[in-house]
Amino acid sequence: MNLTKEEYNEMTKKASPPSPAAKNITMAFLIGGLICAVGQVLIFAYQNAGMDSELAAGAASITLVFLSVLLTGLNSYDNIAKVAGAGTLVPITGFANSVAAPALEFKSEGFILGLGAKMFIIAGPVIVYGVSASIIYGLIVYLFGLY
Amino acid sequence: METFWMMLKAFLVGGVICAIGQIFIDYTKLTPARILTCYVVLGVVLGGIGLYPRLVEFAGAGASVPLLGFGNTLAKGVREAIQTDGLIGVLTGGFTAAAAGIAAALFFSLLAALIFKPKEKG
Repeated sequence: MNLTKEEYNEMTKKASPPSPAAKNITMAFLIGGLICAVGQVLIFAYQNAGMDSELAAGAASITLVFLSVLLTGLNSYDNIAKVAGAGTLVPITGFANSVAAPALEFKSEGFILGLGAKMFIIAGPVIVYGVSASIIYGLIVYLFGLY
Repeated sequence: METFWMMLKAFLVGGVICAIGQIFIDYTKLTPARILTCYVVLGVVLGGIGLYPRLVEFAGAGASVPLLGFGNTLAKGVREAIQTDGLIGVLTGGFTAAAAGIAAALFFSLLAALIFKPKEKG
């Protein structure tokens, strides 16, 4: 069969099921919202234990990081992520998963260039651009006396 | 009752922020790594112009748990470090504020990698 690229694209479009975007977005909303609600419960719990609101928010984030890494180690986080998409990616648990998953996967390539280096495959750019943005912001704040 | 409203607000705002991320995944060619990076940088910008702290006040964990909140924390850290330390705070503030989250992710992941077995491929 002789097909041009356009014809082939047309055929694959017809053959593949319609993009389940509405379902993806709903699941991301529900599961992402749920993770944030759990975070809020943790904040209340830490506040009840006597922390001020800022410290409680930090402690809640760290707890979520811990839970995310644990679920990654148990191979559960990926299964939730398959359904939740951005719902498990965008919260801080997604950041933690992006560190833990390659650490686990590349352990077999050694502790230095496997586990140690591959940990940063996604966290690296996040930190580089996040911290750089904060430095640029800081320079603006400092130079214009906005502090 | 107030507790319930706060949780509902966290759920709704956090959910919307995640849903927007999903829209980017479905309708653009942004990879997950790019979305995470963009969210953190955007969080620095929104935190810097003072919008994001208001959202955190309104929605609590709904705003602080998504990675936008991580960026907001970076901006806040820099602002506060400049107040106490001057120019050097431009460099120290971001990492100082983000230290707990990053250190926790790195150390817990190291432990997890040592304890657990990687997923079978196949």
